[in-house]
This record gives sequence, C-alpha cells and structure tokens, in this order.
Amino acid sequence: MQLTTRLQRVLVRPFRGAGHRTAFVAAGLPLHLAVVPLWLWLLGTMAALVPAVAALPVLLTLVVTPLLTAGQRRRYRAFVGHDLPRPAAPGPGRHWTSAVRRLTTGAWWRQVCYHAVAGPLLAVLDLAVLAVWAAAAVAASIYVWIWALPPQWQVADLGYTPQAAYLTAGGLALLFLGPRLTGALARLESRAAEVLLGPSRTEKLARRVADLAESRAGVLDAADAERRRIERDLHDGAQQRLVSLAVNLGLARATLADLPADARQVIDEAHREAKEAIAELNDLVRGLHPAVLEDRGLDAALSGVAARLPIPVRVAVDLPQRPSPTVEAVAYFVVSEALTNVVKHARATRAEVTVERIGETLRVVVADDGAGGADLAAADGGTGLAGLAKRVASVDGTFCCRSPAGGPTVLTVELPCAP
Amino acid sequence: MRAVIAEDSLLLRIGVAKVLEAAGFEVCAQVADAEGLLAAVEEHRPDIAVVDVRMPPGFTDEGVRAALVLRRQYPRTAVLLLSQYVEERYAADLLAANTSGVGYLLKQRVADVEEFADSVRRVAVGGTALDPQVVAQLLVRRHSDPLDRLTPREREVLELMAGGRSNSGIAAALFVTESAIAKHINSIFTKLDLPRADADHRRVLAVLRFLGVATA
Repeated sequence: MQLTTRLQRVLVRPFRGAGHRTAFVAAGLPLHLAVVPLWLWLLGTMAALVPAVAALPVLLTLVVTPLLTAGQRRRYRAFVGHDLPRPAAPGPGRHWTSAVRRLTTGAWWRQVCYHAVAGPLLAVLDLAVLAVWAAAAVAASIYVWIWALPPQWQVADLGYTPQAAYLTAGGLALLFLGPRLTGALARLESRAAEVLLGPSRTEKLARRVADLAESRAGVLDAADAERRRIERDLHDGAQQRLVSLAVNLGLARATLADLPADARQVIDEAHREAKEAIAELNDLVRGLHPAVLEDRGLDAALSGVAARLPIPVRVAVDLPQRPSPTVEAVAYFVVSEALTNVVKHARATRAEVTVERIGETLRVVVADDGAGGADLAAADGGTGLAGLAKRVASVDGTFCCRSPAGGPTVLTVELPCAP
Repeated sequence: MRAVIAEDSLLLRIGVAKVLEAAGFEVCAQVADAEGLLAAVEEHRPDIAVVDVRMPPGFTDEGVRAALVLRRQYPRTAVLLLSQYVEERYAADLLAANTSGVGYLLKQRVADVEEFADSVRRVAVGGTALDPQVVAQLLVRRHSDPLDRLTPREREVLELMAGGRSNSGIAAALFVTESAIAKHINSIFTKLDLPRADADHRRVLAVLRFLGVATA
C-alpha cells in the first residue's frame, strides 16, 4: 500500500496536467515568434544602413502589439483558467487621442517589452522544452523504432546494442525530467505575462485601495442598516409591550384602591420598574440609531439629545440638504458621545453644538466651558474620545480635540460628504 | 366626555382606551389610521381625539396632518398627539394653528395613568398639554439669552408652565407650596420681560410665544 502510494507520488503525479502545461507552452511559441521576422528586418535594415526604412519594422511592432497581447490573453485564459488582470485603461477620448495617450503609459511599454524582448527569449525556452519532450519520446522508445522501421531507413545501425539500451535509459530520464521543466517554464510564462501584460504594482495597489474603500463603505452601510433594523424591532416589539405593561400596572395602582398595603406596594414597585425599563430601552435605542434621526434628520435628533442633558446646550444645525445616512449616523454619534463626555468629565456649565455644511464637508463642532484637559490617550475619558476618533476615521473624516488644561474644550470633526 | 383614539399599535390603543375609560371618558371609537380617524370624528363629534403621530401607510407624520385637518374642520374637538419621540416642529405646527385644545405628549407618558388622564381632560376643555421634553427642546433652540438669567429651579418651573400646568399642578410636580411657585413665576415673567396674565391659559400662551412656537 505504502509502496504503491510512494510509486504514485514519484511516477504518476508529475505527469498529471503535464499535457496541459505542454500545450500552454506550445501555444506560446507562434505568438512569441511573431516578432522575430520584425527583429530580423530591423537588424537587416540597420546592417544595410538605411535608417529611414528601420522606422517601418518599429511602426509595425507598434501595430501588432495589441493583437499579440490579445492573443496572449486568450492563451492565458484558455490554459490558466482565468483572465489575466488588465492594466488600467487610459481615460476616454477621441480614437486617436486615446491611442496617443496609450503610447505614453508604462503599461504599453511593458507590453512592447514583453513581445519584443521577453517573447523571443521565452520562445527559445519553449523550443528547448518541446525538444526535450521529443527527444525523450524518441529515445525512450528506441526499440520500437528499431523494430518498426525498415532496416534501410535506420540512420545508424544501432540494432539491439548497448547504445540502444543507454538511449532508452536516457530517454526515460528525460521523460522523467520533462514535466518538471514544463512546469517551471509554464510558471515562468505566467509570471512574465502577469508582470508585463498585467497591471503594475502601483495600479494593483490603487485598485486594491479602491476595492477596500468600497467594501468598507458597504460594511458601514450594512452596520447602519442593522442598527436601524434593531431599533425598528425594539420599537415595534419590546417597547410597545413595556408601555402596555406599565399602563396596566398604572391602572391597577389607580383603580384597585381596596388592596392591602403590601400588595399596593408591590404594584407600585412593578409600575416604577416598568417605567424605568422603558426609559432604559429608550436610552439604548437612542445610542443605536434613533427613529427621529432616520425620519427627521440631524437637526431634530440632536435637539432631542441636547434637551435631555442636565446643562443648557445650544444646538445650531444648518444643512441645506440631508447628508447620507452613514454620515448622519456618525455625526449624531459624535455629538451625543461628546455631550455625554462633557457632562461626565468637563464640569461645564454650558455647551454649544454647531453642524454646518462647508462645500463637500460636514463640519461638527462641540464646545464647552468646562475644565478642559481632555486627552485622547487618557485611560478614563480618553476611551470615549478614542472611540469617537475611530468612528470618524471609518468614513475618512478628520478629528481634532483642543482641550488645554483649564478649558475650554473644542471638538471639531469634519466628515466628507459627496454633493 | 367623549374621546376617539387613533393609534396603530394594538397594545397601546387598548392601553389608552383603558386609561381613558377608567378616568370616566366614553371612548366612542378606536381606529388605526388617519382616514379612520377623520371618519370617526365626523361620525361621533367627540370632545377629544388622541392621535398617534406615526401611522400607516407612510409611518411619518400622518397623525399631525390629520390633527391639523381636525382642528380646522371640527374646532370643537380637541386634539392630543402621542409620539414615540419629540419633534418640536410638530408641536409648533399644531400650536401655530390654534393654541387651545391641543396637546403633544410622548407615548411613554400614558403609563403615568393619572397624570395622563389629567392632561387629556385639560386639553379636552380647551387647555394645552406639552410634554416636558418638548419644552426642553424648544429651550435648546433659543439663541437669545434672557433664559440664561433664569435659575435652574426657574427653568424647571418654566418648562412645566409651558407644558400647560396650573400653579397647583406645578407645585405638586416639584413638591413645593403654591405660593413658592407663584413667586418663581413672578420672577420668570420679570426676567423674560413678559406681560402679566392671571388666567393659566393666557400665561401658557405668553410663554409659548416667548419660545417662538405660538404666533401672537
């Protein structure tokens, strides 16, 4: 059992897919060789010292480059199984302007380099590998040839000599080597195509950044939608039930006057707790994504937050139109957390909130007249501020907190919003 | 007194009806949307309609719009809006049209059964009932500063007064005597430079006008 698996590993596995890879290599040969006549022509004209004519093969190279690239892409797709990534397309424009613009891109020159320089080199390697296969096939089966060919066709009179045995052994060794060489060359071919025909590293990174930005925006939107859904569910379910429970308990308290004192006390207690539960649930929902924010926007939601605080807060919201729900949610979160911090830590007597749109930026300022000294890195108050900074950074906003010891503290947040 | 209830949440509708019945109201109709409300008021001509702000089909401000129609078409039916959250513009819309016989309360206030019944009764006889939260939010909006001259206690009194309560109501809410309240109110009117008024309702009007809600 173990011997068979080991034999399989050594004898069979290297050949798996070898045909496919050989076909890949073979298919590359004509495409790689296509520029060779142009090279010869160019060298010929240079040898003949006719520089004017030398321009012709150069121009022709430029013309055939896109065709060859298309051919290489098809080969890559057919044998590797997926598309070769494309470099960024030049900007739109008239036919000839976009053609000229394409000539100035790095991607274009990498293509030319692939076909004109890498191509012929790869062709040599392709030929070598194909030759190894052919030699291996012929040598390994030398006895068959000796047996099958009529005697007068045999070039050298090998007969059943030791040389024939050496040839067979050599052929088998080459046969053994063939898949490995082909595999290495196929890897080299794919690598060359990816590097020279695919996007450059900068382009790849740029594309990756764009993809990440998009997916991050998607995740944020999804998280927001989820918060809204939870708010809806709580509102339609638990909140209604709790209010109904509190109403019933309140009615019991009001109408069951002839109950013993301890029973009344129990009802009182239950009524109070039900109301506290409602208040707590309302606070929770406000922290998630309050309905008023979705329905009426920042102005209404923020004045609600401000009105609930124990210190006087002025709110001024000046927005010609509503920003995106995600930006609204972040701005709401910033203000409500900042105001909570003000009440908890700043020992302030008043605070002021301004929200305005400046160009494509939503600027949120929360100022208080408290003791200052708020620190992003501080263990206590800092955790709140650091959380705010993170939430702001998630939409590519900027976060600035000026809080000298002795106050006042001014928190400025700028959130980008598309027009 | 006769009442109509418009509220799309079944639980709360039943709760409000129970509270009103326990307080001696006759609940003539309970409906779940604005259209049903208009039809029920047309049919029963109640003293008061208790209306949810968010109702089907749009779940935005159907209740407010229906309330404005009611106030115009049936001036003898008072309207009390119930809302999940405070949007002071709704209160302002309602008060701008007519300052008597209107109210705006948060839904959770229904749980304070007796106080809620008092508010409904007050509105039904032509008074006002504004949620303390509404008044607090109106104060947030104010940008002139006479309010800053008020003491915290005076602010509390102002909020309750703007909510439509009488002296005795404010005294009960703050656990102080009525004469102490009268003193606070005097001081508030002096600091805010408001015209004196004896009747509770005219006093409420003066405060609301000061807050920029009611028009003169």
